[in-house]
Amino acid sequence: MQIIQYLINGISIGAVYAIIALGYTMVYGIAKMLNFAHGDVIMVGAYISFCVTNYLGAPAWVALIAAMAVCTVLGIVIEGLAYKPLRGTPSLAVLITAIGVSYFLQNAAQLIWSSSPKSFTSIVTMKPISLLDGQLVITGEVLVTVAVSALVMVGLTLFTGKTRTGKAMRAVSEDRDAAQLMGINVNRTISTTFAIGSALAAVAGVLLCSTVPTLQPTTGSMPGIRAFTAAVLGGIGSIPGAMLGGILIGIIETFAKAYISTQLSDAVVFSVLIIILLVKPAGLLGKQVQEKV
Amino acid sequence: MKKILNNKNTRTNLITYLVVIVAFVIMQTLYSLDMLSNSMKGYLVPICAYVSLAVSLNLLVGVCGELSLGHAGFMGIGAFSGVVIAALLKDVIASDVLRLLCAMVFGGLLAGALGFLIGIPVLRLRGDYLAIVTLAFGEIVKNLVGNLYVGIDSDGFHMAISTSRMELLEGGTYLIAGPKGATGVEKLASFPMGFVLVLLTLFVVLNLINSKEGRAIKAVRDNRIAAESVGINVTAFRMKAFVVSAFLAGMAGALFGMNYSSFTASKFNFNTSINILVFVVLGGMGNILGSVISATALYVLPEAMRGLEDFRMLLYAVVLILVMLFTWSPKVKEKTEVVSEWVKGLFYKLTGKKEVGVNE
Amino acid sequence: MNEYSRKILKVPTYTLLREQDISKQPVLDVRNLGIDFGGLTAVDSFNITIGPTEISGLIGPNGAGKTTIFNLLTGVYQPTRGSVLINGIDIKGMPIHKVNRLGIARTFQNIRLFTDMTVLDNVKVGMHNSIHCSFADSMLRLPAYFKSEKMSNEKAMELLSFMGLADEADVKAGSLPYGIQRRLEIVRALATNPSIILLDEPAAGMNPSETAELMNQIRRIRDTFHIAIFLIEHDMNLVMNVCEAIAVVNYGRIIAKGTPEEIRQDPAVIEAYLGREEGKA
Repeated sequence: MQIIQYLINGISIGAVYAIIALGYTMVYGIAKMLNFAHGDVIMVGAYISFCVTNYLGAPAWVALIAAMAVCTVLGIVIEGLAYKPLRGTPSLAVLITAIGVSYFLQNAAQLIWSSSPKSFTSIVTMKPISLLDGQLVITGEVLVTVAVSALVMVGLTLFTGKTRTGKAMRAVSEDRDAAQLMGINVNRTISTTFAIGSALAAVAGVLLCSTVPTLQPTTGSMPGIRAFTAAVLGGIGSIPGAMLGGILIGIIETFAKAYISTQLSDAVVFSVLIIILLVKPAGLLGKQVQEKV
Repeated sequence: MKKILNNKNTRTNLITYLVVIVAFVIMQTLYSLDMLSNSMKGYLVPICAYVSLAVSLNLLVGVCGELSLGHAGFMGIGAFSGVVIAALLKDVIASDVLRLLCAMVFGGLLAGALGFLIGIPVLRLRGDYLAIVTLAFGEIVKNLVGNLYVGIDSDGFHMAISTSRMELLEGGTYLIAGPKGATGVEKLASFPMGFVLVLLTLFVVLNLINSKEGRAIKAVRDNRIAAESVGINVTAFRMKAFVVSAFLAGMAGALFGMNYSSFTASKFNFNTSINILVFVVLGGMGNILGSVISATALYVLPEAMRGLEDFRMLLYAVVLILVMLFTWSPKVKEKTEVVSEWVKGLFYKLTGKKEVGVNE
Repeated sequence: MNEYSRKILKVPTYTLLREQDISKQPVLDVRNLGIDFGGLTAVDSFNITIGPTEISGLIGPNGAGKTTIFNLLTGVYQPTRGSVLINGIDIKGMPIHKVNRLGIARTFQNIRLFTDMTVLDNVKVGMHNSIHCSFADSMLRLPAYFKSEKMSNEKAMELLSFMGLADEADVKAGSLPYGIQRRLEIVRALATNPSIILLDEPAAGMNPSETAELMNQIRRIRDTFHIAIFLIEHDMNLVMNVCEAIAVVNYGRIIAKGTPEEIRQDPAVIEAYLGREEGKA
């Protein structure tokens, strides 16, 4: 029974990673950049939600919407100010800028909210479900997280498959120049992608802090790196891949903590990543692109 | 001699050596005249270590074109293994300098060997995938070393990776104590040794770049398929660059570690890897002298801004973003040119007036 | 006549050998080569034999599979069927750099120079495997290093002047005009000391006078280095004037082989290029 409990916990944290990984994967697919500041947008989202509930006393859904709104704007501003001017330059230049943005967000958060951890009240008010005479406990957070991430994935798949903007996003990720020649506004498409990715980051931040209730300026960095790992594991650029990778990383991490050791869980997670990439160099669901000669 | 000086590469190399030597002589003179502040004295060895780290990473990122996010991992391996060796050799070798040298060489060799081992699988990957795997490698090293216990007691040498504390016999000492890191380290590192390390790094990297191997490495970076088609074993050369870079990082790590009486594995985390990468990118990809200067300047910058307290890292982040925008963005470059022309014009106007004023 | 050539003569349809090469081992011997890309056959039943000093051409409409064939011959792609023998050695399973060391060098349709390096260094990269200087020699700057650098500089300059590029030696390869870049690719290929070089559309983007010069250079390469040349080209003037033997491919298969004169009159070739005339069928 214990093992199923771990599995459920793993899926729950994995679902959070999956939502973050979706943001990474979309941005990578379209802007071809590793946005290392993504993890810190999560943190900002969580802080906004924290402030709205604690200082304004607003209900949870208001906090969530506020966090999404702020992060969306933040995403667009970051993209416009820091990344857009660097479009077409070597990817390393953009990577370093993203790291600069990440430092900026962390230190700005530290100035505004101080570095001492805040205890985050979960936005989920649902009572835990007890199964099999309490041998198995499924908390409201688990149910909500899994449901939200499934919803997000279905929503994104429909969005990229059915809507005009979504199709434009796929076109830009496939071939930016060709998309431009077909009359797609590449800059706007990239901005939209950042907006969606950042809104998702806000959702992830609120869910993450509902599950792990401490909030500080560095809250986003480690989940950010794990989610990035998840995106790569699943095949970066692929939406179902991000989902699969996120859940897998969550499960592996939980099992490693339970059966190997808490301190060595990072080593286990990253070793699995390396091993999978050696077997499937483009990730589980990524497609291998052969260079044309 | 004249012919040698006419060669552009040789000239740049000589300038690089000259800058480093002059800087050393000046700092060493100030040091012996006791004209340096205590904090400045403390920076000298870390600066040398970071210069070596930046130059060795530049070999990988700038010359070879491989993005590595795990350089701090090799640095950490060098630091921890160097500390252990220095402690073990305490009764064998009396001379501190020699012992430090042994520690550095061993740290370098171990890092190089590990670089080779992980290079075998990892170098099959390219671009951003190589970046994520090196990141993963760095995290694994940090995580494992954070649970590594090394100690000596009456039974001899003990080593274990364990999540619970490794117990030693009465009177035993821990060299590395898991999450507490290396403790009771002898501070063997000195500025002159740092200088020697920087010289050695420059010697290795510059000689490598300007040789048959260096040309092959650059060819692989510029066009992999074309390089293969002229008979270059691409994997072998990526591996060579990777191992040399890891070796130098290990040496620098050992020197760095021996500068503190204790340090933990978290010192060699992702952020440290990123900082070294920032030195390389801001100094210019493939530009060795650039790495030397930017590592020095950027190491001192946040330290020098300590007075600004909380705003220090925020400012650092802003400086970083602005520098990237100003050096790379085509649009911003255009605008800054317009502005600088305008400022120049204004300056001439003002100074012109001033001169007129003076003449009157 | 050795056993090898007798074997070739038994299957005369495979051969494109010139009379004087008939008794020598061919540099390139391709048998029944084929490759499928995800169920789609890109090249099939490709047979060709090229003698040690032969200039031959590979022509065909766009998308006929010519560059794919070059990629198969140089080990960039692994064939689904058949074999490629270079100087009698099967390249099966070899990585690209080892295939090159067997004596085959190439240029690329979409030029692939080392753009950030100087012209001289591009050539010296080509000479990589003939520079004898160990890792220790270059790290410690031992005399062997200086000697080998001096020799490779001289040899590279010689090759550059051979193609009329000596003045460009210190220029960055990426900043050269198109026609010169194509010639530099040939020099780099020659620098690997090959016994056959493959030229993928060497005259693309060249004006008529540059093309005429290139034709002379191709002949001079063969006459000076005594190597075979196999080229893909759309410029029929060049192909018909320079090549001694021509193979025509369409839809990944050879539809005709022969001397320029034979090819000119081959009905299958005319059809492939001009299309079947209405009413004639």
